[in-house]
Parts: sequence; C-alpha cells; structure tokens
Amino acid sequence: MSAPAAAPHATRPAGNEDMSSTVRAFEAYGDGDWDDIAREAIGEERIVVNMGPQHPSTHGVLRLMLEIDGETVTEARAGIGYLHTGIEKNMEFRTWTQGTTFCTRMDYVAPLFQEAAYCLAVEKLLGITDDVPERASVIRVLMMELNRIASHLVCLGTGGNEMGATTVMTVGFTAREEILRLFEAVTGLRMNHAYIRPGGVAVDTPEGFTTQARAALKNVRGYLKQLSDLMLANPIFKARLTDVGVLNLSGCMALAITGPVLRSTGLPYDVRKDNPYCGYETYDFDVPTAKGADCYDRVVLRIEECYQSLKIVEQAMERLDRTEGEPVMVADKKIAWPAQLAVGGDGQGNSLEHIKKIMGTSMEALIHHFKLVTEGFRVPVGQAWQTVEHPRGELGVHVVSDGGTRPYRAHFRDPSFNNLQGVSVMCEGGQVADVVVAVASLDPVLGGVDR
Amino acid sequence: MSDVTPGGDQGSALQAPADATTLELVEVKRGMFGADGSGDTSGYGGLVTPVAMPAASSRPYGSWFDQVIDVLTEVLDEAGVPPQEAIEKVVVDLHGADSADAQRAELTIDVAREHVVAVCRALRDDQDLRFELSLGVSGVHYPHDAGRELHAVYHLASITHSRRLRLEVTASDDDPHIPSTTSVYPSNDWHEREAYDFFGIVFDGHPALTRIEMPDDWVGHPQRKDYPLGGIPVEYKGATVPPPDTRRSYS
Repeated sequence: MSAPAAAPHATRPAGNEDMSSTVRAFEAYGDGDWDDIAREAIGEERIVVNMGPQHPSTHGVLRLMLEIDGETVTEARAGIGYLHTGIEKNMEFRTWTQGTTFCTRMDYVAPLFQEAAYCLAVEKLLGITDDVPERASVIRVLMMELNRIASHLVCLGTGGNEMGATTVMTVGFTAREEILRLFEAVTGLRMNHAYIRPGGVAVDTPEGFTTQARAALKNVRGYLKQLSDLMLANPIFKARLTDVGVLNLSGCMALAITGPVLRSTGLPYDVRKDNPYCGYETYDFDVPTAKGADCYDRVVLRIEECYQSLKIVEQAMERLDRTEGEPVMVADKKIAWPAQLAVGGDGQGNSLEHIKKIMGTSMEALIHHFKLVTEGFRVPVGQAWQTVEHPRGELGVHVVSDGGTRPYRAHFRDPSFNNLQGVSVMCEGGQVADVVVAVASLDPVLGGVDR
Repeated sequence: MSDVTPGGDQGSALQAPADATTLELVEVKRGMFGADGSGDTSGYGGLVTPVAMPAASSRPYGSWFDQVIDVLTEVLDEAGVPPQEAIEKVVVDLHGADSADAQRAELTIDVAREHVVAVCRALRDDQDLRFELSLGVSGVHYPHDAGRELHAVYHLASITHSRRLRLEVTASDDDPHIPSTTSVYPSNDWHEREAYDFFGIVFDGHPALTRIEMPDDWVGHPQRKDYPLGGIPVEYKGATVPPPDTRRSYS
C-alpha cells in the first residue's frame, strides 16, 4: 500500500503535541487493506477482547477473554465466579431438608435436577433408597423430564436469539411457559421449587393434574415441531452452526464433557441408562446420538431429547394415574415432614384444619413436628455420591455427614462448570461470531457454574 | 465406640495398615442444643459424641470391587509403585443395602498423596479398569482429623464397564500439598482450582493454580470449617433473626 509521502507510517499518534498522555490513541488512514493498516498501527501487539461478564449472549455472567487477530480468535479463556453465592457453604448451616431450598437455586434453569440428585444422595446416606414410595419416584421422573424439556427449550430459544432468530426465542419461551404452568400447579412455583425432599416429594400432584399436563404437552409437541421447522432445514441456521464448535470424542473424554455435547460425538452415554436412578431402567426411551460433533448436531440432539422426554413423561403419567392416592413420602415419621400441605386462610402455609388436628389431638405429635422442622433429622456418618443426567450433562452430588442434622459438606459437580473448560478448544481458530454459537451449544447456566 | 477393630486380616496385601486399628475419628462433639455453661439445664451439656467415618472394610468386598482392587494392585506393582503404600485403605459403603451388588454400594479407595497420579493413571489406562471419566475433585475439611485435615475426593466413572469409584487423598493443614492429576485427567483443571480456592489445597504441578470463584485478591479459603459464614442479624416484625452461623445448633 502507498502511504502519503508526508507521513512515514499509515498512522500517527493522535494529538502529537500532547505526547505526555498515557493513553495511546491511533488514527488510521490510507487506501490499503485494513489488515495492512492494522499491522502497521499495532504491529505485533495482541488484541485481547473482554466478552462479558455482562454481554447478553454469554448466558448470564460469563466472562470470555478472547485474544483476536482480525476476526479470528487465537486464544479463548473463560472467567467465572461472578455469580458465586456460597450455596455449598450455606448448606452446611441449614438442616438436610432445607438443603433442597438452597441447591434448587444453583442451576436455576433446571432446578429439579439438583433437588433430585441431592435427595437421592441423602437417601443413600440414610439407607432408605428402597423405601422411597413408587409414586414419589414417578413424580420425580415426571418433573425431571418436564424440566429437561423446559431447559432444552431455553437453550434452543436463547441460542437462536443470539444469532438473531427472535422467532426461535419467542416460540421456545412460549413452549416453556406451558411447562412452567405445570410446575406451578404441582409445586406452587415456577422456579426454585424445593419440591423434591429427602424421602420423597413435598406434596402430591393436584387433582386433575394428568389431564392438565396432557393438554399442555400436546401444545409443547406442536411448539417443538415449529422449532424444528424453523431451525433444522434453515440454510442460514445451518451455515452458522455446521462444523462450528467441533469437539470430538477424545476431547470430550479428556475434558469430562458430558450430556448432549458428548452424545453429539456418537457416544450414547447417559446416566439414566448407565447408572439408573428413580427407576429409569423401567421406562422405555432412547438415547439419541449424532456424528458431527458440531453445534448443529447438538441442536438436533436437544430437539430429539425433548421428544424422548415427552415419551418418558407419558409413561410416567400412566403410572401416576395407576398409583393415585398412594404415598409420596417415606413412611418413617422420623424423616417425613408432616406436610399435608394446603393453603390456609392467610394464603400460605399449612391449612388451619391440619394445624388444628396436630394441636388438638396429640401434644407429642406437636413436639415431634416442631423438633423435625426446627432441628431436623440426623443422618448417619459417612459420605455418598450420586449422579443424575442433567440437561447439560452429568450432575454429581457429594454429601458428607458427621451424624448431625446438617450436611457436613455438600458439593455439586455441576455439568456447566466442567463443560466451560471446553470453551478454549471449541473457539480457538474460529471466528469471533462463532464463539457465541459455540458457547450457546454448551448451554452453560452460570448459577450452576458459580454456585 | 472403642470396640471397633479393623475388619479381619486374611493375609491380603491390601488390608488396612496396622495403625488403622481405630475408626477414623474426624470430630468430637460436646453438648447438645448449643447450650453450655449455666444456661444448660438440659443435662446434655456434658455429652461427648465422637464422630468417626466408616472404618476400612475387609475382604471380600463384594461385587466387582475385589476385582478392581486386585487389578489395580497388579498394575501398580508392574509400574513400580508399592501397592501397600499407595492404597491406604479400602472402604465399602453399602448405604443400607444387603450386599455390595446393590447399585448404591460405593467403593472408596484411600490413596497416599504421593502416589495419586500413578493410581489415577492405572485406573484410567488399564483395560480392565478403564475409569476414563473423572467427575471432579471435591474438597472436605476435617479440622479434627489431626495430620490429615484436608481431604480431596475424586470421583471416577468407567463408561466401558459402567462402574464408579471414589479416591480419597489427604493432606495436613501445615503441608497442604497434593500432586495435581491434570496430567491424567485434564478435566480436573478447574476442579482442582476450585478445591484450592475453597480449601487451600495446593495441587503441585497444576498448570495455573489460581482462584476460580473468589476474586484473585481474596484472603482465606471460604469453605474451610474455620472460615466463618458471615451474615448480619435481620429484624423482622420486631424480632431479630441472628445470622445462620450463630443460631442454635443441634448437633
């Protein structure tokens, strides 16, 4: 390129008269290629771009540090910790039952999985795994699979939104709304349920739930069809996602990346099949896999997994109808809360009728109720590990008890936390725009990452 | 609690070492209801409760556990690592099941810290073991477990054989060093950083052992038992609710 004769360089420091300024600024001119101008302007300096922690496409407060060369990412690192709230430490100061209230807030897009994994681990320590009533397990499976669909819908919806496909987002979130309404009917809340408790679930499903759920799921099926129509054959969508963010099987194994990302490499690893819990071995469903190990395949897989979850939900609802009226909590009154939950006249809490019964019939029952709720039950000394298939991969819970009424230690191996280690491998060498797509295909939820 | 003996000795090379004749005492609790001094009218103030983790199990462990331990012993021997030194003890947690065949039975191998990398390598690479997947490192702080206050707990999974086991490695507060396993399981990178951040366990040989959740200039390691939870009293409808770590404790 030819620079004007007056200036030896294509650029000159702006404001020559004020060289004392510590902030370096450059002004570029010339008629050459931008690459040449940039090379002369900054030479061998590295450009490091901070993406986040408040960037809308980083799924919360993920910070990506990208070293870029033009549009190419040469190095990518993820910085986390912006949403660390010390949930694990807090759990050490609450009873075992209160623990569910805390762990549900970790990965807030898939709260029921943390609850289920934690409760299964506590039940292991208590030695009551076999005593959990069938209906409780069925409800757990049903809720988890509904939650898996809701979580995948958020992943697909926000992933689409980040690429500018707003309709994908609106359809995804409308469909999720149907499921959140079901959650609200069962647990009273749309998120942060604290519904699954050690020994079973907090309260039985409301009357007419399966009818309501069947109607809602019919709509969800329709929305899923819309989503796959919108995305899977769309040439722009395919061009953005195909062969982007590739991570092969050995990469996934080395980085212990599980879930849809691992299955997109062709390995059908699913904890529900590999190490079943909650009676998953009795349900009929497939583990979909793909071959391409890229972002597009992960979208296909997530949609397919939603259909598989619907299949499980339908089977669970049949069982729910069959076990109508059966208990949803272990019979052991030293563990089960006397929680015949009903809304009282004040709009919350237990019903007056129930409280009246406890207060009026037995003083011991009242003492017992009080002790169980304030002090909690004791859990034998030891440690337990439980994993469940979370929408994002394998969620592990390590609980340690010192024989007291509180967890001595509760550790959550959140799949998003682990999977974010793959960001470097998936993004380096690609374009900046592909970073957004690659991170979306990992589907990290920072509440779970940072805990 | 004093009548506990180690589970037999059938002459196996992998019995619990001779000095493990007592339970692994991790804590001694005193009193109850958090009341001590003159305020204690319950009579429970003098209660002393030793807290001990499950003791070493004896052969046969049951299920596939024996086979895994046998193969591991063999592989370590071949690699020139003395298995008796590397494997400190083996604990089988049945979690209320009748036998180790139950799915919820768990195998824990306590590994001497200097051999943890060799043990991981053997567990990952041998075709009869094939624990390809490391599901992270969980730190636990037992301030009363003298000389081995810090525990790093590794959970491994074998996709090939559908098996899971746990490795437990200890270090003392005075010398909180454990070799990094990132050379065998690269996925442990962030997990070891987390254990360092929260417990102060220094993983020697880690490529970049920095804090991961807490700010870089944070002082202290928040999940240790001697680190306070913090919090302020909250007033609600005239009553004051104390912060959780100063409330009455029942255990």
